[in-house]
Amino acid sequence: MMAFVHILFALVLAPLLLGVINRTKALFAGRNGQPLLQLYYDLAKLLRKGAVYSRTTSWVFRAGPIAGLAAVVAALAIVPFAGTGAPVSFAGDLVLFAYLFGLMRFFTVIAALDTGSSFEGMGASREVQFAALAEPVLFLALAALARRTGSLSLSGILGAVTPSEPVWALVAVALLVVLLAENARIPVDDPNTHLELTMIHEVMVLDHGGPDFAFILYGAALKLWVLGALLVGVVLPGENILLSLVAMLALAVVVGVIESTMARLRLLRVPQLLVGAGALAALALILVMR
Amino acid sequence: MNLELVLILVVLTNLKLLGSSRLGSSIRTVGVQGLLLGLLPLVAGHDLTARVWLLAAGGAVIKGVMFPWMLMRALRDAEVRREVEPFVGMLTSILIGIVALGASFWLGHRLPLPRPAGSLLLVPVALSAILMGLFLIVSRRKAVSQVLGFLVMENGIYVFGVGVVQETSLLVELGVLLDVFVAVFVMGIIIFHISREFDHIDTDRLSMLRDWKP
Amino acid sequence: MMIFALVLVPALAGVAAVVLRHDRARRALLVLTALAHAGLTGAVWVVLPGPIFGGWLALDAPARLFLSVTSVLFLAAAVYAVGYLAREPHGAEKDFEDGSLFTNAPEAVFTACLLWFLAAMTLVTASQHFGLLWVAIEATTLASAPLIYFHRHHRSLEATWKYLLICSVGIALALLGNFFLVVAASTPEAAPVPMVLGELTARARQLHGPWLKAAFVFLLVGYGTKMGLAPLHTWLPDAHSESPSVISALLSGALLNCAFLGILRAHQVCAAAGQAVFGQGLLVGFGLISMAVAAVFILGQADYKRLLAYSSVEHMGILALGIGLGGAATFGAMLHAVNHSLTKAALFLVAGNILAAYRTKSTADVRGVARLLPVSGVLWVAGFFAITGSPPFGPFLSEFTILKAALDQGRGAVAVAYLALLALVFIGMATVVLRMAQGESGRATQREPWLAVFPPAALAATVLVLGVYVPPALGRALQEAAQAVGGF
Repeated sequence: MMAFVHILFALVLAPLLLGVINRTKALFAGRNGQPLLQLYYDLAKLLRKGAVYSRTTSWVFRAGPIAGLAAVVAALAIVPFAGTGAPVSFAGDLVLFAYLFGLMRFFTVIAALDTGSSFEGMGASREVQFAALAEPVLFLALAALARRTGSLSLSGILGAVTPSEPVWALVAVALLVVLLAENARIPVDDPNTHLELTMIHEVMVLDHGGPDFAFILYGAALKLWVLGALLVGVVLPGENILLSLVAMLALAVVVGVIESTMARLRLLRVPQLLVGAGALAALALILVMR
Repeated sequence: MNLELVLILVVLTNLKLLGSSRLGSSIRTVGVQGLLLGLLPLVAGHDLTARVWLLAAGGAVIKGVMFPWMLMRALRDAEVRREVEPFVGMLTSILIGIVALGASFWLGHRLPLPRPAGSLLLVPVALSAILMGLFLIVSRRKAVSQVLGFLVMENGIYVFGVGVVQETSLLVELGVLLDVFVAVFVMGIIIFHISREFDHIDTDRLSMLRDWKP
Repeated sequence: MMIFALVLVPALAGVAAVVLRHDRARRALLVLTALAHAGLTGAVWVVLPGPIFGGWLALDAPARLFLSVTSVLFLAAAVYAVGYLAREPHGAEKDFEDGSLFTNAPEAVFTACLLWFLAAMTLVTASQHFGLLWVAIEATTLASAPLIYFHRHHRSLEATWKYLLICSVGIALALLGNFFLVVAASTPEAAPVPMVLGELTARARQLHGPWLKAAFVFLLVGYGTKMGLAPLHTWLPDAHSESPSVISALLSGALLNCAFLGILRAHQVCAAAGQAVFGQGLLVGFGLISMAVAAVFILGQADYKRLLAYSSVEHMGILALGIGLGGAATFGAMLHAVNHSLTKAALFLVAGNILAAYRTKSTADVRGVARLLPVSGVLWVAGFFAITGSPPFGPFLSEFTILKAALDQGRGAVAVAYLALLALVFIGMATVVLRMAQGESGRATQREPWLAVFPPAALAATVLVLGVYVPPALGRALQEAAQAVGGF
């Protein structure tokens, strides 16, 4: 029962995270910034609009955003929050977790390629390249967690975490880098840019409009929530819902701070960042395996 | 601040060295590693006599402060481009570093110490530092990077020494420290001379002396 | 007390050399210190000093042997150096190979480092504690690096860098070997065995087998780098050919022996613990590989100083082979250490004379040494015959002893390889040396300075004498040393 309450929290509060991030960046820049609830207003506005579809696209283009949203909602059902188990948990669900993100990315990419524009194709290739490097990091971190707690289910892992060893710090840093990479945040990608030279994720969703774009934005917010819940669960065990919610908001602030203080890395350097995070996760795994 | 934490931080500094492409930041990382190694005798579980404090302080000052300062001086006087320019790219270096780490843990598992050391991590971390130091010497072009690799190797051997050697004489430990200090000092001077003679410090291009002349 | 003086006198003289302003005073200091050191060494033979510092410093039989060789060589080098330094121009001179201008290092630095080098080598011979031995060997590396860089040009800088880096890495591995030895010496119940040689050999049965073997491997690789065993020898040809000849003489003659002593000490502990066979197998392997590598590079060598350097690699291989065979070959190895040091030093000093006269290191451009420099020419050819093991010179005896021991032990393959490689080296060196000595140089015969000729002549004469007659005192000393190292 409590698990469904957590899903409700996620569905309702996920757009708030993005609002907090934007507000933090604005504060750093000395501006007042958008209202915290801006994404809600954007979603409402987009759902009311109509959509324009290019003649070169097919059903793939229309299915993409919906399939992506469905994938991330399914991932939401696997991730436990604040110590209570997830609604759906079975041995090996952490592999499903990683691959649901893969599925979401797959649909986004083929929807982008479906437009037939080379612009989207470029963004798709970059996105897939970085994801190919980020996925092993995620797996290594999850493997270290699984080995340490002896459980192959996310609910089991996050229920048994006792973060008093340095291993958890390494895993947490690796997961933070994965979070930044998967959600197309600085230093991997800049969510505000619209220059061809620098776009990765933004360019793939450039052609969607109206309700489709609303699904994409909402899906991105849910993705941030899901990965954030994983990270918060590793760092902060315990059953306190309020503490976990505050931790999620704090995580959003941290992401905002990172976005404000760092510049986006050159495209050549992003693999190095991801491999570095992989090194940390591998070190954690080695330490756990002895 | 326990032993395991210090050892893990040492491994992290080594990984950072493998992945870093700027000489200035590499030198500072080696300085941080030196400071960590200065802490090592204090947390390794020996009795905290005055001798141990002296060794810790001496190690921290020499490895953490003096070596980076000498190498930064050599680098500044050499006026060369501050990039590392390795033979092996950064990505491959980090991957090799992870392989070396895994290998050292495997080896450390197979080398049981007759007297158990303070932590199970000690022998593997020492071996990994030695391997990574050797890799740095072999895969880097600039002479300063080779000196850094030598220092990392010495640090690894020092970690092994502090961990497993319960009672060496203070004289020998000071002697070792002094030797490494003078070695780095002389290397710094030679690097300065190299940069003055050759206008670069790429040891890859120091190849005039050979037996097969094409 | 005497051991103290043996180390301190050169060290303090080195400090004084930095302070002194006049070249002549400094050169006089150099020769005086060398004489004092030789005198003290002679006194050690008469009145054996006891161990000091709780057994850390003592002069046992191998120590006395190597100390004497070092002292004699240093005396010869000091006398030669006086003439050499007087002839070296102050200020910029033209490099003969590529015509660029270079200067020399200040003479004070040269003399001071030379004296500190002697102090460090003395400390190596007298060390009975493994840690102190390590510190001393590293100190010799650091003291000799500026000496290699005396002529400040490109090539010597390159040689110095390689020397410094490779030897430091090797010696770092030897430090790891030292720590492994400490681990081997520590037992969970009792107090750990101190790292003094006497204690380690006495309580060798207590040492933990696998760690002792690992320690020996690392000590062999580490000190073997310094000694010039292939494949760790890559710094040797560059360093020995680019440094001034007087320094090359000391490096080949004295420093390689000090590194060899480090390996000997490790072997002593291994033998006492019953692991001698393991160590000896490794030593025979390294020995033969060194001889093979040296033979390959000697054939067709174009630079005569590099030729002598590779010959050093070969002879270090012979030394390792001797110790590796054990038994009577250990005595042969000890005798060979003495013979090789004296001969190689003489050869390098003569090479210095040739270099000064011809101003080229290329074997193709040097002809008619026997006509241009009569005494040096004779010494050059005689030295070649000596170093390749021809009778009646000393190395013949020692190499023959090793061969005989190999045959007595029934190791036919080793003996055949040994002979074949010696023959190859003989051929390789003969073509170079004899062609250099014969022919016409195109210039009138030069008068050779006395200081440049007397030291190598004295050394060569000693080698000739040793080939015919080994004084009983020396024989006894060699016997004692061989027994200490684990011979018969």
